Amino acid sequence: MVRVSLEDLYKEVILDHYRDPRNKGRLDPHDVLLERNNPLCGDEIELFLKFDDGELEAISFDGKGCSISLASTSMMTEKVKGLSVEQAREVTESIKRMMAGEEDGDPDALGDLVSLKGVVKYPVRIKCALLGWNTLLEGLAEGQEDSA
Amino acid sequence: MSFDPSVVRKDFPIFETEARGKRLVYLDSANTSQKPRQVLERIQLFYETENANVHRAVYELSEKATAAYEGARAACARFIGSESARSIVFTRGTTESINVIRFTWARENVREGDEVLITEMEHHSNLIPWQLLAGETGATLRHLPIGDDGRLRLDLLEDYITDRTKLVSLSLMSNVLGTINPVRAVADAAHAVGAKVLVDAAQAAPHLSFDVNDLDADFLAYSSHKMCGPTGAGVLYGREELLEEMPPFHGGGEMIREVWADRATWNEIPYKFEAGTPNLAQAVGMGAAVEYLETLGMDAVREHEMELTAYALERLAGIGATIYGSRDLSQRGGVVSFNLDGVHPHDMSTIVDQEGVCIRAGHHCAQPLMRRLGVPATARASFYIYNTTEDVDVLIDAVEKSKGWFA
Repeated sequence: MVRVSLEDLYKEVILDHYRDPRNKGRLDPHDVLLERNNPLCGDEIELFLKFDDGELEAISFDGKGCSISLASTSMMTEKVKGLSVEQAREVTESIKRMMAGEEDGDPDALGDLVSLKGVVKYPVRIKCALLGWNTLLEGLAEGQEDSA
Repeated sequence: MSFDPSVVRKDFPIFETEARGKRLVYLDSANTSQKPRQVLERIQLFYETENANVHRAVYELSEKATAAYEGARAACARFIGSESARSIVFTRGTTESINVIRFTWARENVREGDEVLITEMEHHSNLIPWQLLAGETGATLRHLPIGDDGRLRLDLLEDYITDRTKLVSLSLMSNVLGTINPVRAVADAAHAVGAKVLVDAAQAAPHLSFDVNDLDADFLAYSSHKMCGPTGAGVLYGREELLEEMPPFHGGGEMIREVWADRATWNEIPYKFEAGTPNLAQAVGMGAAVEYLETLGMDAVREHEMELTAYALERLAGIGATIYGSRDLSQRGGVVSFNLDGVHPHDMSTIVDQEGVCIRAGHHCAQPLMRRLGVPATARASFYIYNTTEDVDVLIDAVEKSKGWFA
């Protein structure tokens, strides 16, 4: 297992996305809009999804929060944009298993996202890292219901 | 009349441990305090030499247990200036104490159209019970606003205390802003319209010397675990005549006088409110915590915390932190909420943790207050008898480090 120091995690990955978040802002038109928060810290997220023929055609987010929640969500949008709903769900489940310490995280499949594993050492912050992903899972389910 | 915090620190075994391999800098006592050896040993002694159930067995050991438990009640009465131990109900803590009032006095006395007044700075434990009561009864819950200096808007009191006000429930000291509230002034206004006053002293009891008679409180709640005692113990103080009138809370053993198949009569106060076997060792530990604090002297505790708070406010201002609440030390205790531009408090807390520093980050169970302050969260350092200026220095260095990461 790769050992990532907290400082390296912040400096190499988190801060880049925190300062320059990808896919941030409203998405119009959208098929799904979800607002969720982390009651522990007051972090809030709005997630916008647009589907096209079983694919996640576009995704964006807005909100305020700590660097880990915002960076993780920013990375997520980059990763899942253009994937099929099924693929997006698989990536999300894989991230959740990695953050639960159940698997190591496959660098080939997850790319930069494996660096989020550094957060596992700080159990309280895992919720921050998963806020966007858990919201995405709900949004994928809602999108499927709508198109069914 | 003062003490040396570095000597006091030696009473607390936890400081023999390390945090992330460094000297433990514990700045989260507003959340829960650490426990001195004197309290831990008293609990151990109870289990080793006095353990039996109280009030109901007719043998020497039970008499010893009862004496220890009732001795703790007397200490808890003395600590807040209550003349009678009959006014002291042992509970699980402040939250339970407040909920006892919700389920007993308030259910009998608060009706549709009545008003319950709290303040904008209350902890959720002094907010949610009243939201629930309002929902059940059709009463209105109102919130006395605070000013930008973090102090209650007493000038608005006339508009907020009306003929419909039945209960005013407010904290003596804020867990976020550290503000010490002018409870007596509020109590006088409340009593003028016949309302009762409940004081949440969870934050005040560990740090301030006060007297329920000077406050003119009808009810007052405080917890053991924030004042050097164990978790699972707390006090509900009530004026004797009010406790006498109130219906019981939990039903069960100990709280009864006589029981038939279909009805029962109630035990005298405070036992009417103590159904089941109480948290005996915890109550005894709470009594030991009172004695520990009395030995230090509550005036000396306050003096020490004012010095430390002054130093912390000065150093935090020096690194450009935004500080919430009053700067007037006579109006505030040793709870300091702050933010640093560009660093989310959660990130700050994780980063200073690397230096062995424990601070709280988040909404501090006061989400409406966070909205009033216009922030999603703050960082919070809170001081107690075992903290030193060195602790503040380590905090400042660690906070500056977190700033460096985000620069």
